[in-house]
Amino acid sequence: MDKLNETIDRLGGVYLLPVAVAAVCFVLIGAPSSWATLTVAGLAMGMMIFLMASGLSLVFGLMDVLNFGHSAFVSLGAFIAASVLASLGGWLGSPSLMLNIAALVAAFGAAMVFGLIAGWFFETVIIKPVYSDHLRQILITMGALIVVEELILAIWGGTPFSVGRPAFLEGAFVIGDVTIEIYRFFAFMLGLIVYAGLYWVLNRTRLGLLIRAGVENREMVEALGFRIDRLFIGVFMAGSALAALGGAMWAGYETLITPHLGADMMIVVFIVVIIGGLGSVQGTLLGAIMVGLMSNYVGFLAPKLSLASNMLLMMVILLWRPNGLKPAVK
Amino acid sequence: MSLLSLKNMKTSIGQYHVLHDVSFDVPEGGVFCLLGRNGAGKSTTLRSIMGLWSPSPGSVTFRGEDLTGLHTADISRRGIAFVPEDMGIFGGLTVEENMILATANGTFDRTRLKWIYGLFPAIEKFWDKPAGALSGGQKQMLSVARAIIEPRQLILIDEPTKGLAPSIVDNMAEAFREISDKTTILLVEQNFEFARSLGRDMAVIEDGRVAHTGSMADFVADKDLQDRLLSLSA
Repeated sequence: MDKLNETIDRLGGVYLLPVAVAAVCFVLIGAPSSWATLTVAGLAMGMMIFLMASGLSLVFGLMDVLNFGHSAFVSLGAFIAASVLASLGGWLGSPSLMLNIAALVAAFGAAMVFGLIAGWFFETVIIKPVYSDHLRQILITMGALIVVEELILAIWGGTPFSVGRPAFLEGAFVIGDVTIEIYRFFAFMLGLIVYAGLYWVLNRTRLGLLIRAGVENREMVEALGFRIDRLFIGVFMAGSALAALGGAMWAGYETLITPHLGADMMIVVFIVVIIGGLGSVQGTLLGAIMVGLMSNYVGFLAPKLSLASNMLLMMVILLWRPNGLKPAVK
Repeated sequence: MSLLSLKNMKTSIGQYHVLHDVSFDVPEGGVFCLLGRNGAGKSTTLRSIMGLWSPSPGSVTFRGEDLTGLHTADISRRGIAFVPEDMGIFGGLTVEENMILATANGTFDRTRLKWIYGLFPAIEKFWDKPAGALSGGQKQMLSVARAIIEPRQLILIDEPTKGLAPSIVDNMAEAFREISDKTTILLVEQNFEFARSLGRDMAVIEDGRVAHTGSMADFVADKDLQDRLLSLSA
């Protein structure tokens, strides 16, 4: 196993994994155009899951908080964005690109602002009283998720809610034999921009330095004169806003959403955080891309295995790297 | 007036009462050594001063100000630095990033940095390398360097020679002598030879209580007391 790890590290480390999976599936699928379509779909799905999962990973890494209610922000983001888009139906269908973009910005902005506020409320009222008690964290955050689901049910009803898409994100473009949905391409690009922003904050700013140090050794950061609890509220709020943005993107991707959206995504989000390595944004991105690609490839090659593919992926990766692909240094 | 004063400090960790009644005064300047056998409560005393474990009841006063109940970060901002037993190095960060975190505003005082390079040349040599890749001795140097990158009034250092090679221990002793000209050091140490070479005043903790306080010179001269409290010749 050590020799295998050394060889993989020499070739590019765990970053090589999605490339290797894509290469193997290229051979198995046979048709390059199908492979390309599935790969783009997998990358787009991975980026949306990354948006939902990155905050959860940092929250766990920084404060050792197991937040099973994280997916409540995904649900809320999805429904709020869908409602804003529904109320701006005229702008969505308008031939004006500016109105299309304005509708999208309004929807995503509303979802993120609500995510920030809900994150502050969640951290202050629900999480703070149960710091350093994992069992109570699990119970109270799962309880909060159920309450949020019921709230959504009461406000938006139980029937699937239709989500409109701006006209400029409808349709597809063709490169050679490959058809790429515009919305998927957009989801991939947005995820990439968010990742680049997070990377810049974490690696180029003093705030990011504090977050990375806090993930490693919270106590020492406090002994150096910084209030990590205040930093944590900020990270929690940002993570909640990103989850809401992920939910908003996912709503547009699915086009029909139900109050159980967050709970359905929770397992996938946790799988991504675990296989990526707790507390690591790079690991979360890697995990999300792997899950996105595997879901699409396995769904095409062996549809019956599709549901189990994420669990199998997690098992294999944890057997190989028990701390995940790219865990934060502890 | 003493720089730091502990009065009837009691600390419990979960259901265990670790410190029963700790009182001593640390005068300004020089090195004050806190000695005692394994598990006596020395590290707990330092952590209680830093607010990492809350002493209750009892008080910790620093320059006459009561620190009891303050957050660790606020205690640190009053000019108290902490070098923990496990060194508290951020292994995923570079040496430079570790040092930046210990500065008040993210910038270095170049004169002070040069002084640190003189004390610990490894800091300059491995400046842009990940701190996790440093040896044990280099990590200890970084931990101390981090504590002195800003002017402090008191540095709490927990067992800095643990597991270090003799040559590095000598280097560390030289550095501590120079640092103690500028800052008071409260040193917890198991290596009595190291402690006696540096200490001006001292206290011995036994089973969570202060068993002796006084000058290091008197303690060194009293072999019976040393044997009784530290079991040096046992």
